[in-house]
Amino acid sequence: MDPIRKELAPGVYLNYVHAVKFKTGLLSAQLVTPLGEETAAAGALLPAVLHRGTPRHPDMRALSGALDLLYGSGLSFAVRKKGENQCLGFLAGFIDDAYVPGGEKLLEPVADLLGEVLLAPALDGGVFRADYVDGEKDNLIDAIRAILDDKRDYADKRLLEEMCRGERYGVSRLGTEAQVAALSGAALYEYYQTLLTTARVELFYCGSAEERRVEDALLRALSALPHGERVAPVASERRAAPAEPRLCTERMDVTQGKLSMGFRASTEDAHAMLLANLLFGGYSNSKLFLNVREKLSLCYYASSGYHRSKGIVTVSSGVEFADFERARDEILAQLRDVALGDFEAWELEGARSVLVSAVRSREDSASRMEENTLGQAATGLWETAGELIERLNAVTPERIAAAAASMTLDTVYFLEGEGSAHA
Amino acid sequence: MLETKYPRIGETVLSETLANGLRVRVIPKPGYCRKYAFFATRYGGMDMRFRLGGAWRDTPAGIAHYLEHKMFDTEDGNALQRLSRNGAEPNAFTANAMTAYYFDCTEHFEENLRILLSFVSVPYFTQESVDKERGIIAQEIRMTEDSPDWRVYKNLLSCLYRTNPARVPIAGTVESIQEITPETLYDCHRAFYAPSNMVLCVVGDVNAEAVLAAAREILPGEGGEDIARDYGAAEDPCVYRPSVTFAMEIASPQFLVGFKCPAPSEGPELLRQSLIGELACDVLLGDSSPLYMRLYDAGLINGSFGGDFDQLPGVSYLYAGGECKEPETVARAILDEAARLGREGVDEAFYRQIRRANFGASLRSLGSFENIAVGMADGCFRGFDSYRFPEVYDSIEKEDVEAFLQENIVEERRAMSLLVPAKGAPA
Repeated sequence: MDPIRKELAPGVYLNYVHAVKFKTGLLSAQLVTPLGEETAAAGALLPAVLHRGTPRHPDMRALSGALDLLYGSGLSFAVRKKGENQCLGFLAGFIDDAYVPGGEKLLEPVADLLGEVLLAPALDGGVFRADYVDGEKDNLIDAIRAILDDKRDYADKRLLEEMCRGERYGVSRLGTEAQVAALSGAALYEYYQTLLTTARVELFYCGSAEERRVEDALLRALSALPHGERVAPVASERRAAPAEPRLCTERMDVTQGKLSMGFRASTEDAHAMLLANLLFGGYSNSKLFLNVREKLSLCYYASSGYHRSKGIVTVSSGVEFADFERARDEILAQLRDVALGDFEAWELEGARSVLVSAVRSREDSASRMEENTLGQAATGLWETAGELIERLNAVTPERIAAAAASMTLDTVYFLEGEGSAHA
Repeated sequence: MLETKYPRIGETVLSETLANGLRVRVIPKPGYCRKYAFFATRYGGMDMRFRLGGAWRDTPAGIAHYLEHKMFDTEDGNALQRLSRNGAEPNAFTANAMTAYYFDCTEHFEENLRILLSFVSVPYFTQESVDKERGIIAQEIRMTEDSPDWRVYKNLLSCLYRTNPARVPIAGTVESIQEITPETLYDCHRAFYAPSNMVLCVVGDVNAEAVLAAAREILPGEGGEDIARDYGAAEDPCVYRPSVTFAMEIASPQFLVGFKCPAPSEGPELLRQSLIGELACDVLLGDSSPLYMRLYDAGLINGSFGGDFDQLPGVSYLYAGGECKEPETVARAILDEAARLGREGVDEAFYRQIRRANFGASLRSLGSFENIAVGMADGCFRGFDSYRFPEVYDSIEKEDVEAFLQENIVEERRAMSLLVPAKGAPA
C-alpha cells in the first residue's frame, strides 16, 4: 500500500492511499520549504494564525463548531522538520463514509475547511488580524519556552543546536523566542504570500474514497492556490566531526541528569546504518538497553536514533549526575563493539526483524504513512516499503560493522543539577 | 466462541470465559498486518492493602509497578528479549487499577503469544535480580518527578482525596521501593495474577481458536481466590485540601483545577457516567465552548489548555488546566460558567453538536489497537461493554449534563494544583 503520487499542478503533489480498513480518513496539506534561521519563526507562527479563523468561520468557536458538526472531525496544524526542510500545514481526521450515521459524505466538506484555513485567512485591512497575530506570538513563545519542561526533549534539542550550529539542521523548527517576538503582522503576511507561490505543496489522503473523488475535492478546495515557481526541498548537507569532540554542560534544578551524544556517520550505506543504529541503541534488545540499562543499571533510558537524511546518530539517556562519565564511556564501548563486528547473530536478526516488522506494519496506520511520505518527499529519498525490506534483508554483519565504524563522536551534551559536581 | 456484532461501529468481538475464569476477547481485524496481544490483570498502583490467605496485608507504594518490571525475568532469561528477537515489540504499563503486558508483531504471532502468557503467569524472582532493578526504577521515578505534567496531576489528586490511594504515586517513591523483597512480589503475584483476575485481549487478523488453545495450555487450570481490597475510608464530598503550590524548573506557570465527583458505580452505569462526565467537560470548557474562546481570546489560556473526566475505583473527578499565568481567574470563570449553565440551561443545538462530536471522537479512537484493548479490559473488570457507546450516547440528554454540572462544578468540590517556575517567571 505505497501511495500513488501525482502532480496536480506544477510543484503540487497528491499522495493517495486507498484503504477501506480504517474508520478514519486522513487528509493533509503541507507547505515544504528550506529551513532557515531567518524564516523558521515565521513558518512556525503562520499555521497557528491561519487556524484562528476565516471569513466564513471568523473565530475559533465557529471553526470548532463546524468540525463538531462534521462528527468531531479534527483539524490540527503541524510544524515539522524533515531533513533540512520545514513542513507546515494542516492535518484533518474524519469518520470514513461507512460509519457516518446520517450517511453524509465528510471528505468534501472537510477538504473545503482545510483549503479555507490554508488559503482564506481572516483579514483586517488586507493583512492578518493583529489580535490573532499577537495572541499566537505569545503562544508560540510559550511553546518554545515549554521545551524546557521536558528535560529529555530539551537535552536532545540542545545537542542538535550545539552540534549543527551554522547548519540548517541545527535550526529549531519553531525558531527562537527573539525571532518570534520581532515578527510583525505585515512581515508575516508577506512571508505567507511568498510561501503560497514558492513552497512545494504535498497533499496526502488515506481512506476509502476513489482517487478521482479525492482529486476533485482537493482541486476545488485549493482552487485559490496561486500559481508560481515552486522550489524543490533542499537536500541535507553532510559535514565531518571536529578533530576533538565538543563538550557542552548546563546546570538546572533537576533530579536526574541528561546525557546526549551526537555522532557523524560518514557512510553512504544507509541500510546498514539503519540496522547498526538499531543494534546499538534503537530498541529494547539493543546493546545500550541490555548493557547500559539492564546490566549496569546506569540509567532508566539510553537509546539512539539515526537521522538518515543528515547522516547523524544521536544518543539520549537519563543518568545520575555522578554516573555521567561512566555512562558516556560505556555508551562509547558499546558502539566500539558494533564497529568491531562484536555482536551475535541473534542481535542482528532481532534488530532486522523489528525493523522489517515496523516497515511492514506502516500500512496499518494512516498517520505513519503520511509522516513517512512527507519525509520522503522532503528529502527526496524515495523507497517503497517492499524495496526497503528487500534492502534491509540483504545487509550483512560486515556492512553493519563498517557503517558503525564510520561514526565519529561530534558533540557531548550534559544537563546536570544545581550544586552537583562530577569529576 | 461467542460472536457479538456491533453494526453501528463496524466491529465484531469473539468472547469466551475459560474454566479457570480467564476472560478472552478477540477482535478480528481483517486486512491488517499488525497483530496485538494484551494481557492484563485487575491490579494496579492503588491496590496496596488487600486480604490474602485470611489476613490483611499492607504492601509498599509502587509494588505493582515493581512487579511489572520483574515479570519479564524468567528462568531462561528475559522475556522482553525473547519477544524482540522474534521481531515483536513488547511493553507493559502499570496504571492505578490495571497492569498490562502487550506486544505488537507482524510475524510469529502464536509463538509470541505463548511467550507472553508464560512469562506473565510464571513468576521468577531472586534477591539479586530484585535488588538490581531498584536502581533502574529509582531512575524512572526521578525522571517522572521532573515531569511537570505528572507533578501537577499527582498534586491535584493528593488535594482532592484524603485517604483513597489514587493520591499515591503509582511507581511509589525512591524511599518506598527500598522495602520491596522477592517474597512480597511473590505474594502479590499469587493474589492478583490468577487467571480469574485477568483478561486476554487480542486484536488483529488471527486464528481465535489458536488463542484459546494457547491460553488453555499455558495458564493454570484453576482460577484463584477473590481478593478483597481496601481503598481506605469512604471519601466525603468535600476536597481534602483546597490547593497546593509547587515550584520546579519550568518555563511558565501551570495549573490543574479539579472537581471531586461522587464515587462511580460499577457495571453498565459506569460507561454512562463516564460519557456524561466527558460531555459535561466539553460543554463547559471544550474547544468549541463559549468559555474556551473567551479565555483564549483574553490570552488567559493557550492551546495547552484542556480537560477530562476520570473514574477510578472509589473516585471520579473532572479536571482542566494547562499553562496559565492567572489560574485563579480561569478557575473562577469555570465555576461561573457552570453556574450560568445551571441557571440558564445548556443550549439544545450546542448540546447536540457536542454529543455528535464526542460520538465521532469515540469512534475514531477505535483506530488504535491499544485503545480497543484497554477499553475491553477495563469493561471486563468493571462490568460494562465499551463497544456500546453509540447506544449510551443516544440515551444521554442535556438535562443529564446540566444536572452533572450543577452538582459537581461547585466551590466546595474544587481543588487547585499550581506549578510555578522555580526562579520566578522568565523575562
